[in-house]
Amino acid sequence: MSDKIRKIEGITKESTEALIAETLSVYPEKAKKKRAPHLGANDPASGAACVKSNKKTVPGVMSARGCAYAGAKGVVWGPIRDMVHVSHGPVGCGWYSWGTRRNMMSGITGVTSFPMQFTSDFQEKDIVYGGDKKLKTLLEEAHDLFPLAKGISVLSECPVGLIGDDINSVARASAKELDIPIIPCNCEGFRGVSQSLGHHISNDTIRDYIIGTREYAEPASPYDIALIGEYNIGGDAWSTKPLLEECGFNVKSVWTGDGELEKIAATHQVKLNVIHCYRSMNYMCKVMEEKYGIPWIELNFFGPTKIRNSLRQLAQLFDDHIKAKVEEVIAKYDPIMQAVIDEYKPRLDGKKVMLLVGGLRPRHTIGAYEDLGMDCVGSGYEFAHTDDYDRTAPEMPDATVVYDDPSEYEFEKFADALKPDLIGSGIKEKYVFQKMGIPFRQMHSWDYSGPYHGYKGFEVFARDVDMAINSPTWKLVKAPF
Amino acid sequence: MSNLLGLEVKKIVETPPEEIERVKEWINTEEYKEKNFARQALVINPVHACQPLGAQLAAHGFEGTLPFVHGSQGCASYYRSTLNRHFREPAPAVSDSMTEDGAVFGGQNNLHEGLENAYAIYKPKMIAVFTSCMPEVIGDDLTAFLKNAKQKGIVPKEMPIPYANTPSFNGTHIHGYDSMLVSVLQTLTEEKKIEGRCTGKLNLIAGCDFNTGDYREYKRILEAFGIPYTVLADISDTFDSPCDGSYHIYAGGTKLEDAADSINGKATIAIGPYATPKTFNWIKDNYSGKHVSMPMPMGIEKTDAFIMKVAELFGKEVPASLKNERGRAVDAITDSHQYIHGKKFAVYGDPDYLMGYVSFLLEMGAVPHHILCSRGSKKVEKELQALLDGSMYGKGCKIYMNKDLWHLRSLLMTDPVDAVIGDSHGKFATRDAKVPLFRFGFPVFDRVNKHRYPIIGYQGAVNMLTEICNKFIDIKDETCEDRQFELMR
Repeated sequence: MSDKIRKIEGITKESTEALIAETLSVYPEKAKKKRAPHLGANDPASGAACVKSNKKTVPGVMSARGCAYAGAKGVVWGPIRDMVHVSHGPVGCGWYSWGTRRNMMSGITGVTSFPMQFTSDFQEKDIVYGGDKKLKTLLEEAHDLFPLAKGISVLSECPVGLIGDDINSVARASAKELDIPIIPCNCEGFRGVSQSLGHHISNDTIRDYIIGTREYAEPASPYDIALIGEYNIGGDAWSTKPLLEECGFNVKSVWTGDGELEKIAATHQVKLNVIHCYRSMNYMCKVMEEKYGIPWIELNFFGPTKIRNSLRQLAQLFDDHIKAKVEEVIAKYDPIMQAVIDEYKPRLDGKKVMLLVGGLRPRHTIGAYEDLGMDCVGSGYEFAHTDDYDRTAPEMPDATVVYDDPSEYEFEKFADALKPDLIGSGIKEKYVFQKMGIPFRQMHSWDYSGPYHGYKGFEVFARDVDMAINSPTWKLVKAPF
Repeated sequence: MSNLLGLEVKKIVETPPEEIERVKEWINTEEYKEKNFARQALVINPVHACQPLGAQLAAHGFEGTLPFVHGSQGCASYYRSTLNRHFREPAPAVSDSMTEDGAVFGGQNNLHEGLENAYAIYKPKMIAVFTSCMPEVIGDDLTAFLKNAKQKGIVPKEMPIPYANTPSFNGTHIHGYDSMLVSVLQTLTEEKKIEGRCTGKLNLIAGCDFNTGDYREYKRILEAFGIPYTVLADISDTFDSPCDGSYHIYAGGTKLEDAADSINGKATIAIGPYATPKTFNWIKDNYSGKHVSMPMPMGIEKTDAFIMKVAELFGKEVPASLKNERGRAVDAITDSHQYIHGKKFAVYGDPDYLMGYVSFLLEMGAVPHHILCSRGSKKVEKELQALLDGSMYGKGCKIYMNKDLWHLRSLLMTDPVDAVIGDSHGKFATRDAKVPLFRFGFPVFDRVNKHRYPIIGYQGAVNMLTEICNKFIDIKDETCEDRQFELMR
């Protein structure tokens, strides 16, 4: 949380509210009424959400949201490297989500890790007669062809739930027969209002099928922790995990970036859960707290200021040994980070950024921009809940616009009015704004760069932000004739 | 503890390194290949996507047209991001965000609300509706829903709203393209046929082609002939629009009035018999003039056939500029054939692309050793076999129908080739096989500007040839011994 309320010149509660009203003026009455509560002017003093969230998307407005399947496959399950993840249903869902999230993984493809597209490729006859039999055969084939896979997840696509297939009993029977965990996940895309329910369903599935089914082979230590909600986008976990290890911790498992099924299954034995992406994995942290008494702490690994605060918060929960180590680490990296800031801040100071992302980034990255002298003048989420917006309020300057599940039209209008120097959002938005001549970075995929987490990540982040904003190519956009 | 599977709680055991080594070798063996090819249910790394993706591509090919997904919103986000990544361009489309209650009550309310909002906010000239799984499974009646929408005044009566049923559990993206395109043409040309009228134009349908350069190439060829034309479902400006500081949601596409008048055309060529069968059949029965369905003009022979057909349809001589262009392409080929001659290739992709790749390779004296089609009919197989039978370089080449890229990997490991032609998804198999991958297909997510370089026409042949030959020369330069490293190649 930032210490004092910041103001941006030219932005007031009135100006933001006027901008929202003007934007919604083209909407039909019903849509306007539905959308209005999702747009608001930030009130950091209240420390509370200024918008409604986690509601059904208004049809036809062009939302950036995905579905429950996307949340399950793309976010929670897909990154677990040593499992076969079956997209159960027609071919498309698995095909579109194949390799498009950049959750990097170690191992040998097809041998010990499986960044591939496994599908039952439903045909008309599967819809008519059901796909359970096919699923049973498919599971045998997967086990046969990939004997070192530690388990199989079965991720349902829309038709599976609609035709009433029972993947749960197929999974149970096949798991017994093949003697490997086969996890059924009823994450059909029509469930819920966004990716978010897919995260929740997947967390519940981990609770019901996985946690507690393995134990770590080595003896426990007081410094055993798990890193939760770290998906290794562009190698993020390969920055954060070593950082925590440098601070003296044993990171016993990562959920789920470059993750391993059995290590995840034994996580009930750790002493503390460190969560990064609260939205997608708070559920399991709460479960482990209730069931196993494991406390959890929410940290932020973007930018030196937030990292420093996070590490110190973490150290508070441990003994002097860790406290000393953490101070050593901070002392080691502070000058390196200062050098990064010294290099880029002069070129980025006072620049404005707008964000629309998912998970934790619309709030967690603000500090990293601020480390570079930049201001966030608008932020929003695709699929957040009230607790996310509560956490966002103190991070953003006063009266800046907050948007929940905005339509492309709304986002474009806001950008048009606020004239940011950079927009951080997704692939669907990227080229819209670049056509307008606004520098852009994809903040889901780190725009094929990364890592952005940890000290190592900040160097890359700073370089990328500078590259986007100060590229000479933007000067070519306007023709001289 | 839950453990709903009732599995025994075990200590974590790391897989021994020698076991990993064993499996790593095993997946490259003939034994594994047989097991792999015996698969009945599991599909691994398929080449094909689902119908609505192709439907969205076709919709983007028309002026002022908003693609509209009737179904779950996640579907629309997937199609959009796929097109974004391939073209590195915007791909605006809306969805009516059907959720669980849609399964109970049907999707009419969502469709109507979505149409009303999309029309007010994005002001389209046409809304092209297509379906994803959910409404197809529950059996939504689009015909009735859209009729009701107009009756209720949700959208203006005169607004064209073509629609297509594009179930993802049937066919692939090429079938969705076909269904959407025929619906657009049926809608726009309704009551536009005028007895005795002839626009004097050639209607050209490029097929389910994701290369904007190809569309521009067709137009350039027709302009060289001096033949007036209407390219139907023209995505060239939609997905290759200028960066000039302004964003236009509808950046290109066939003018709706031109599409409407296309029914009075002098002739119609539908490229891609496998991507446009429905459209072509309907055109044959309804459009004026002559109608021809032709393969993608990839390579010299197929381009010749296209050029001659155009000349024949319009009673024109092939212009000198195209004759020279052909000569220059052949010059490029004879100059560089030595770098491709006899090289073995594996090719995969949609049927129309495959015909083109195979034909091109055979005429270069290269060998299309493995031909893999992810989804295709007996007819596709027969036509490919006929191509192989017509050339000595087709001897011993094998066609694999309804196989995926994990099958391809087994083929590459047990019966190696020099290179692969396909799309970005082949990069995993080609990395393991240590051979280059030429990305002439769709999608290309990992190289820039490929969609701007045509692969059809004489220029397309030169483009493919240049990329392939120079890559082989690069490999030689990078891998040869020092004493064999020389200036000239």
